[in-house]
Amino acid sequence: MQSENSSALATLAHPQRTARLVLLALIVFACVGPFLLSDYRVFQLTLVIVHAIALLGLNLLTGYGGQISLGHGAFYAIGAYTAAILIEHFHVAYWITVPCAGMVCLGAGFLFGLPASRLENLYLALATFALGVSLPQILKYRHVEHWTGGVQGITLTKPEAPFGLPLSPDQWLYFFCLAVMGLLFAGAWNLLRGHAGRAIVAIRDRPIAAAATGIDVARYKSLTFGVSAMYTGIAGALGAIAVQFVGPDSFSFFLSLSLLVGIVVGGLSTISGAVYGALFIQFVPNLAGDISKAAPLAIYGVLLIAVVYAMPSGIAGAIDKLARRLGGFGRSTPPASVSKHRPSQPGRNHA
Amino acid sequence: METLLHQIFSGLAAGGIYGSLALALVMIFQATHLVNFAQGELAMCSTYLAWSLIHAGCPYWLAFVATVGISFVAGAAIERCVIRPVEDKPALSVVLVFIGLMLILNSVAGWIFGYTVKPFPSPFPDHPLFGNTYVGNHELGIIAVMALTVVLLYLFFRYTSLGLAMRAAAVNPESSRLVGIRVGRMLALGWGLAAALGAVAGMMIAPMVFLDPNMMSGVLLYAFAAALLGGIDSPGGAVIGGFLVGVVENVMGAYVIGTELKLTVALALIVGVLVVRPSGLFGKVLVTRV
Amino acid sequence: MHKPSSHWTLLVITTLLAVACSRSEQGAAGGDNAKATAPVASAIRIGQTMPYSGPASAYGTIGKLQTAYFKKINQSGGINGRKIEFLTVDDAYSPPKAVEQVRKLVEQDNALVIFQPLGTPSNAAIHKYLNTKKIPQLFTATGASQWNDPENFPYTIGFNINYVDEGRVYGKYIAEKQPNAKIGILYQNDDYGKDYLKGLKDGLGNKAKLVVAEATYEVSDPTVDSQIATLKGSGADTFLNVTTPKFAAQAIRRAYDIGWKPTQYLNNVSASVGSVLTPAGLDKAMGLVTIAYYKDPTDKQWENDAGMKEWREFMTKEYPEGNLSDGTNVYAYIAAQTLVQVLRQCGDQVTSENVMKQAANLKDFAPAQLLPGIKINTGPKDYVLFDQLQLARFDGTSWVPFGQVLSVL
Repeated sequence: MQSENSSALATLAHPQRTARLVLLALIVFACVGPFLLSDYRVFQLTLVIVHAIALLGLNLLTGYGGQISLGHGAFYAIGAYTAAILIEHFHVAYWITVPCAGMVCLGAGFLFGLPASRLENLYLALATFALGVSLPQILKYRHVEHWTGGVQGITLTKPEAPFGLPLSPDQWLYFFCLAVMGLLFAGAWNLLRGHAGRAIVAIRDRPIAAAATGIDVARYKSLTFGVSAMYTGIAGALGAIAVQFVGPDSFSFFLSLSLLVGIVVGGLSTISGAVYGALFIQFVPNLAGDISKAAPLAIYGVLLIAVVYAMPSGIAGAIDKLARRLGGFGRSTPPASVSKHRPSQPGRNHA
Repeated sequence: METLLHQIFSGLAAGGIYGSLALALVMIFQATHLVNFAQGELAMCSTYLAWSLIHAGCPYWLAFVATVGISFVAGAAIERCVIRPVEDKPALSVVLVFIGLMLILNSVAGWIFGYTVKPFPSPFPDHPLFGNTYVGNHELGIIAVMALTVVLLYLFFRYTSLGLAMRAAAVNPESSRLVGIRVGRMLALGWGLAAALGAVAGMMIAPMVFLDPNMMSGVLLYAFAAALLGGIDSPGGAVIGGFLVGVVENVMGAYVIGTELKLTVALALIVGVLVVRPSGLFGKVLVTRV
Repeated sequence: MHKPSSHWTLLVITTLLAVACSRSEQGAAGGDNAKATAPVASAIRIGQTMPYSGPASAYGTIGKLQTAYFKKINQSGGINGRKIEFLTVDDAYSPPKAVEQVRKLVEQDNALVIFQPLGTPSNAAIHKYLNTKKIPQLFTATGASQWNDPENFPYTIGFNINYVDEGRVYGKYIAEKQPNAKIGILYQNDDYGKDYLKGLKDGLGNKAKLVVAEATYEVSDPTVDSQIATLKGSGADTFLNVTTPKFAAQAIRRAYDIGWKPTQYLNNVSASVGSVLTPAGLDKAMGLVTIAYYKDPTDKQWENDAGMKEWREFMTKEYPEGNLSDGTNVYAYIAAQTLVQVLRQCGDQVTSENVMKQAANLKDFAPAQLLPGIKINTGPKDYVLFDQLQLARFDGTSWVPFGQVLSVL
């Protein structure tokens, strides 16, 4: 995946240095930003980080792996509830709950992926659709209500900054989430660059050829499901701690749809796309609500379709194109990975 | 025993609801090889159109025919104007447009017509046949309408050149173009027919569940499940799938697992069946070409 | 080789822009505050979250009506010379969104109170936050019972008759009038339904065994036909219908159609003649018993009632897009009047603390849209607005009150 993108940029004067400078600037900004903003804005940025992690998880599965999921909100919910239940009933420290949520979702995702990865894309869409719709109902089930708190959900307390750091709880949580995000993004980048990443993409593009070269397709597919669910579950745990509340209505089917919207709008099969997508699903619904009280979702829908028209390979793809043009690479460059493959085409690759 | 019969018959009635929308899903799949998530909302909008016509004093059957006709045109128009620009884009982009369309239609319907439920008339006589209390005339009517639709669809796709051309355009657009099929026109036609079927489904469903902007949100998942269970390329399968889903869900809910988890269990069962029989109960087995 | 640096450059630029924007926005808000503290333009800023989108959009009309109502109040001079600035925002019935929006209203817009946030999940999510911040969570638009807890959550006060109380009234009534009833209950599988069931059993007391069948439904269910068949099959002769309007109408019609003729009780949530009983069929709804506290806009008996005339005039003049047969609009109108009453009582001392004090100091306040004899009373230890209810029976055209005004306690 990387090599294609980088080949387009290989001729940049000092790509290595530029990349490092920009990365440095980004880190500096990410660290200084929260001190310039109100607590409320910092909270919003924290939510953007949380969404970005969840989107990266879904992008691993759907963008890179070519398996569609209409129900990733369920894994987000499992992560959130794992954290909330551990904190509420077992008084576990919040930061321990984050890896716990990740492990639980890794397991849940893997187990769900075992049968699901046998399904063709349209059937996988149904299975995940079903998962997304039924999980909120399961959370209300009589026999688990004691743990989940039913519809009332679980209310959490916001953690204070440790070691007497002079940070507000919102600022602390922001940095905490930022660190987790850094870790997970680096992990994903490493994963995709290596053998596993190539296998995942190979299975998406040429499943039979991949199997012929000795890749255990079924195992890889369920593993991808597990890792994807782990990312999304960690995001769910962080989200629960930031919002200080979990309830079945927090994880309605609309959440799963939003995640799908996020990865496509941000850019399929790109890592940075997760950040763009997160910005979109965090801020555009608010914008739509400000424009119209009568039919906010209609505005959102129109904006959504407009973005798909204007940027068919997502915001990341559009930026790539723009950068190439600005950099004087107007000549026919190899198409970005996104537009070349047609990942997870419901029903289209029945030959 | 009486209760069991009631459960089975109300399951069949629910199956009629799922099956009729599933038919529209099968139609659009046959024509485009995509599942349209906005299909339910399109049907809901058509039903509001029929309601408005009836409310304006139009007799039922005239409103019915007009609604089906207008929906056909609207469906084709949506394909031409909204879907065409992303037709050659990755499938997920198309799915996103479906989601956008779904949100827009739902939101606009709520804005225009409000969210209070409206009664929608049934074309069938009110008094049950032979004084039975198990199944009302509307439920019988919906089953008859579905059976008729299935037969017509079967004949259309099997024996008319237009139907064959549509299937060809969906399965293999490049080769179809070579033999002179206007693929673009076929897609628009498929959308139009799906919208028309959706309109029929909406007008059949609304008398049972009442008309409101969210009337299809619960139905869509079941219809999707029914269509896949029966085999997404088989109209008859979709209807039988609908009945199966309805009856299994009701009987399980009433006797085995309780109403709280009936959706979950019903869906788990369906997914289980699909793992074993990936092309549905009546679908054609697909062979992937390397 | 790393990720294309262009991405990150752009990301930095956009984020910086975003920061710049929000900074300037903050500046503007700060400016407003400066004005707000100045004695001249002392507006009262009221915040609200409403589900203008999402599964509960039907209730969005509450926020729209109240916007129109406060506009009218401002046109006629405001409250004690102060204008109301009403900021109502969409939370899509999603708790995380509600938290985000309420934080914006409180921290960015400096709202004095959060008025009628709607829905149990959204209110549960902001409950602790608002109490920590000491911002009134005023007249929550939900009937859950936990809002009446002045000891632990002094800044939260509910509005609706709570579901447990309503369920208890039915329970007491059935225990007294039908001591041998066999009760079947249909309820929504969430706190709303479960609170009712709890109240019912509470009211039945040692007769709780009278409940022979319980069936639940999910809002995603297309119909409740199967549940009605189950209830009929249980041999129940009394039916407590705890459902939202669409399902209530389905249940009433279905019970009639399959030949089940129990004594029926219908919860207040769905007691609208226009939007429930008419769709279900008025003949099929004959004899239903419900609890009421405000006047139904589609009920013929209030056609010439002064309070309802006032409401209808308001609707046609100020909120013409509103639905005249929707009882929610009457409810929203009463709630808006109650807020205005609280603010009037505050006099010149319009602080969050005093708003809360006055909200807990309503004495015999009776908006003209409430049923005769029903009055709002609160006290520092009593955060329940309505502790009286009226039973009513449907006679085929309207709800006929019968018996005394009942106390819920």
